[in-house]
Amino acid sequence: MKGRTFFVLLAALVGALAIGALFILLAKSDPIRAYKVMLTGPFSSSFGFTETLVRTTPLLLTGLGIIISFRCGVLNIGGEGQILIGAIASAGVALAMPNLPGVVLFPLVLLAGALAGGLWGAIAGVLKARLNVNEILSTVMLNQIAAQLYLLLIRGILIDPQEVTYGTGVPQTALVTDVVWMTRLIPGSRLSTGFILAIVLAIAVYYLLMHTTIGYRLRAVGAGPQAARYAGINVPFYMALSMFLAGALAGLAGTVEVLGVHHRALEDISAGYGFSAIVAALFGRLHPIGIIPASMLFGALILGADMMQRAVSIPAAIVMVIQGFVILFVVASDVFIRRPELFGQWKSKWSRRSGEVS
Amino acid sequence: MSARIQKLEMRGIVKRFPGVLSNDHVNIEVSAGEVLALLGENGAGKTTLMNILYGLYQADAGEILINGEPVQIDSPRMAIDCGIGMVHQHFMLVPTLTVSENVALGLPSEKGALLDLEPVSRRIVEIGATYGVSVNPDAYVWQLSVGEQQRVEIIKALYRGADLLVMDEPTAVLTPQEAQDLIVLLRTMVAQGRSVIIISHKLHEVMAVSDRVVVLRDGKKAGEVATGDTNPEELARMMVGRDARPFSREARQFDGDCVLCVEELCVNNNMGTPALRGISLGVHPGEILGIAGVSGNGQKEFAEAISGLRTVESGKVLLSGQEITHCTPKQIIDKGLGFIPEDRLHVGTIPSFQIWENLLLKDHAEKPFARGVLLSEKTIRAHSEKLVADYGIKTPDLETQTGKLSGGNIQRLILAREITRQPKVLVAAYPTRGLDIGAAEYVHEMLVQASREGMGVILISEELDEVQKLSDRIAVFFDGRIMQVLPVAQADEKTLGLLMAGLTPDNQATAG
Ligand SMILES: Nc1ncnc2c1ncn2[C@@H]1O[C@H](COP(=O)(O)OP(=O)(O)OP(=O)(O)O)[C@@H](O)[C@H]1O
Ligand SMILES: [Mg+2]
Repeated sequence: MKGRTFFVLLAALVGALAIGALFILLAKSDPIRAYKVMLTGPFSSSFGFTETLVRTTPLLLTGLGIIISFRCGVLNIGGEGQILIGAIASAGVALAMPNLPGVVLFPLVLLAGALAGGLWGAIAGVLKARLNVNEILSTVMLNQIAAQLYLLLIRGILIDPQEVTYGTGVPQTALVTDVVWMTRLIPGSRLSTGFILAIVLAIAVYYLLMHTTIGYRLRAVGAGPQAARYAGINVPFYMALSMFLAGALAGLAGTVEVLGVHHRALEDISAGYGFSAIVAALFGRLHPIGIIPASMLFGALILGADMMQRAVSIPAAIVMVIQGFVILFVVASDVFIRRPELFGQWKSKWSRRSGEVS
Repeated sequence: MSARIQKLEMRGIVKRFPGVLSNDHVNIEVSAGEVLALLGENGAGKTTLMNILYGLYQADAGEILINGEPVQIDSPRMAIDCGIGMVHQHFMLVPTLTVSENVALGLPSEKGALLDLEPVSRRIVEIGATYGVSVNPDAYVWQLSVGEQQRVEIIKALYRGADLLVMDEPTAVLTPQEAQDLIVLLRTMVAQGRSVIIISHKLHEVMAVSDRVVVLRDGKKAGEVATGDTNPEELARMMVGRDARPFSREARQFDGDCVLCVEELCVNNNMGTPALRGISLGVHPGEILGIAGVSGNGQKEFAEAISGLRTVESGKVLLSGQEITHCTPKQIIDKGLGFIPEDRLHVGTIPSFQIWENLLLKDHAEKPFARGVLLSEKTIRAHSEKLVADYGIKTPDLETQTGKLSGGNIQRLILAREITRQPKVLVAAYPTRGLDIGAAEYVHEMLVQASREGMGVILISEELDEVQKLSDRIAVFFDGRIMQVLPVAQADEKTLGLLMAGLTPDNQATAG
């Protein structure tokens, strides 16, 4: 069973890359060389290795939130917005109180990021729970709002005063005080303790979902809302809670980008992590431990795509096309994992066909 | 016209699921012009066998022959092409489409890409006329009663050229009159050279409709008889492997305070129109109050209103003297109400949850099973193992998904959960629907046991003999009102039948 799941997912990946190859050909590049860079780049140097994990971290954190909300039956597409809100809130708090000692400011900044992301997520949660507003629509719209709000802040009141002084006007905040910087795990790399935080939280989410009453109820609401209501579970509350937790984890992803990677909030801080995390979460079978390798895989994939783009100069749009195909194939492969008997049908059809030929 | 399927055989069918041998070398055959009944306890493998025939599952071994020719059926599409039609217990209709749209769904149109419903409607009326059933092709499916929806399913199968119709527990959801009509329809079909395989737990229906009976037990064929040569008692014995236990319960008289009182209860249905128009009722501790009536006369809404799942428009519900009218389901559960809901698979349990998770649906946060927010796995496991053993839930292990259990075993699970919680009042809505004789007997024993322990039991059912056998008093629901509440001694079949049809025994229609 497990082996088959792995095989199906692998086949989905290969299929997606095969179609992607056509697009690379269209862009008049060499798909073999492109994929070689993409698939070996992330693993051929310590730079590739640490940068893979740098991308893994926000995918993992956001994906954990996606898992909680999906398991509770809420199709949360709002990771992207929640990341941005978390990033700007943590940067804002850190910039507002630069003179506080690190032991106070650091937890405060983490809390700010998580809380802001959580509340942002909870908007969609409450709208769904109370007014039955479709969460896919609301989270997508909240992403738009968050993106504009984020730009407004880093271009406006939170812009680095130096950018104004020198007239360069790059939309980014000033550097946050170094007492809140997350320690780099490997000197010279951008990999920080944020990665450890993500792994610890993955285990925590696993415990929450599988071994606590809260997790039990979140799962019950997702798997059988009518039965959950019948059993006395407050369904709207847990729907809203799932979105709060999802937002909080995505908010932390934004916070880690600020404190661990860039040390400031800047444009394009998320690079689509909120969407890729959904795929990583599905790839990890919506399991809080399963998503660890899944987000590493997608971290490597994103880094590989970046490297490929630079090495063989294909348009960034094609990289996104390839990622899109991966998503499509993974989602489609779900059918085969849920209904293993389809294999039998294929096999029998195949053997009959070859039987007819002979 | 002569049917394409003169004879269908399934030979040596084996189907294994993780932990169970669902079909073990089963042979059946059915010829044109014949109704074959498949009997067997819950989990005996009847549905599995039919799903194999319809191409939903692949057999691990064995073959299917039509008119002596082996055929390979690996999808419902191929089954349909071979002339096999199936009506599932849960209908596969789109409620927001009309009858003709539903029938045309998935079929190529005569006009290519353009939808042309005209000929479809005509054919539907033709087919209806052939079998003496009338269905309006332009009606929306959501407007139809359950019985009419089932007719649409049958017409859909016939429209696709089904010569062999498989019906999985078709009467479980029908009113007695609708069931009667269905039997007539099936007999007309076989008279025209088609064949039918029907699964049912109701022996009198099997006796009335079938020509031959095949009994499955634990996946094996336990026997085969011509219907004319047998009787319900023998069939029951073949199914269970023992005689049915004679059952009797002395009805008792109760006075004193009711543990649950309902006063002038008014409730709306899902469409917002009145479902209950002022119901007043009470049940005493230790009493079994039967609620009889054709389903759809407010029973479902009644049970939901009491358990807090449906808003009460006006009136009062009191449990042990405390008002619970507008309490949340959780508060009502805590005050001592147990509820065995009608839909055991989606309300009573969560199908994708494991057995132990469903056993604790209501108690996962209570004292010995949780410390703070942490689940105490050891206590939970011990408790679940005990319930599985005490209530005879047949399962490979505690981690099995509940949805994979047979209906009878799911009902045992719900009973185990609800009764061990020791509620003051237990509401059981259609608790034996779709259950085999043995499982139904078990449910009956458990309800009686619960009443002996002092619980007030409300038994909602459309099976008259069940209500008569178990209850102390019987209330008959009609159109959201109570026609009458009678002591069981006065509730003979005829009286109940009249009351259920909205007539008082002196044969006068009551004014609305
Ligand atoms: N998809 C499945 N996966 C695992 N086990 C299954 C599956 N379908 C059926 N089973 C098992 O196979 C056995 C036979 O089930 P089946 O549904 O055929 O019984 P049945 O005779 O139709 O019972 P009922 O009268 O309750 O409908 C049961 O033990 C059931 O748990
Ligand atoms: Mg069945």
